[in-house]
Amino acid sequence: MLDFLFAERRAAKIGMASPQPMASFEAIALPHLGAAYNLARWLMRNADDAEDVVQEAMLRALTYFDGFRGTNFHGWLLQIVRNTAYSSLRLNRGVRIVSLDAAPGGTDETEAAIPELPDPGDDPETALLHERDRQLLDRLLERLPVELREVVVLRELQELSYKEIAQITEAPIGTVMSRLWRGRRLLTAAAGASSAAEKTA
Amino acid sequence: MTEHCDMALLVQADFDGELDAAQAASLAAHREACPICRSTYLELQQLRERVRSEVTDHRPSTALRDRIIRQIAAAAPPAEAGVSVARPARVRAWPWRAAASFVAGAALAASVTLMVIPAGQGPILAEQVVASHIRSLEPGNQPGVISTDRHTVKPWFDGKLDYAPPVKNLADKGFPLLSGRLDYLDGRPVAALAYARAKHPINLFLWPDHGPDAAPSVSERDGYTVIHWRRDGLALWVVSDVETSELESFVRLWNASP
Repeated sequence: MLDFLFAERRAAKIGMASPQPMASFEAIALPHLGAAYNLARWLMRNADDAEDVVQEAMLRALTYFDGFRGTNFHGWLLQIVRNTAYSSLRLNRGVRIVSLDAAPGGTDETEAAIPELPDPGDDPETALLHERDRQLLDRLLERLPVELREVVVLRELQELSYKEIAQITEAPIGTVMSRLWRGRRLLTAAAGASSAAEKTA
Repeated sequence: MTEHCDMALLVQADFDGELDAAQAASLAAHREACPICRSTYLELQQLRERVRSEVTDHRPSTALRDRIIRQIAAAAPPAEAGVSVARPARVRAWPWRAAASFVAGAALAASVTLMVIPAGQGPILAEQVVASHIRSLEPGNQPGVISTDRHTVKPWFDGKLDYAPPVKNLADKGFPLLSGRLDYLDGRPVAALAYARAKHPINLFLWPDHGPDAAPSVSERDGYTVIHWRRDGLALWVVSDVETSELESFVRLWNASP
């Protein structure tokens, strides 16, 4: 599951043996802060929790930086961010992160998991406002199950490859593909339903 | 995307630029003949356009950036040379808002948000252990090596870890070894051994830790029992949903087994 890290570690051992100096951690880590925060923000779904997660992940990364021998610092850091976020989700909310891999074909179970559409509100005017809200896709994305949400964020927003996403989420590439597919289907279905509602309003 | 074609995941892979030229060409030929796949591709395009243009681009605040820079500076080891062998101080983030409620002065915040705790201790690690255990139970998370033979499992770790984990099969004591795999805990790759007690999975995580031996300590988390101990230069964590007494007997058997 972490083979990429070890492959890189083995490769690196042949070359440079000495750990990178601590002083360079800031220089190496800060360019990845944006991606780290973006991922944490979408996993935690609010800014405060995301900041907590990024801070803790950065400290973990700093603490273990001397053990890092890979070349893919970006993936290594995002993996730590994700693990920290998952721990926080379980710890703080009692959220049990249920695997959705039982229905790879995306049949009934997936359909049942379609995020609820935004509450249309009490009257047609309010409904119209909600539907025209530019933040519609934000809310739909936030309502995706976390395992689907993270692959959509990493692919569509952070533009990472399947391989990189598989490394960060510690899942096989086939699982990444099916999660991405189901995440996109749910978003398309929900966004399409909302647009249709808007046209008839 | 209400209709299905078996090629859907390939259409998606093509859309994401993950296919090589030959695969892409054969898929293009299929799309010519398959209206479902043509519409799938179009929907993927439309969704991407909407997501990339409408979804909020969340960026870190400068305050967060500043806090992190201060934390990195505060956690950096003293500049003296000669102690370079030492690992950096193990630091944990004090939960930010909990700290904030204690600390009125923002200037103090940077120094009090760091708490040095001994290696291998603390609720965060126990939490990680439970999370890893749960993750290992999810479908799709395949073990690295499936074997009840410790002479198969042990060599599998060669070259994958910078230490050789002891692998013991306790099948004759009622805890058969099922598989071995790599996991990532306490910021390092670790050996994970899966055992079973009746139908209950048990995960044992172990890695080098040169602290003094420590007697097993039991805790409960999310309905799982976690036992941590240190022995012969190893940190060991075992987690399961079996009865606590059974997990304790696992620990005794492990320690007693050669």
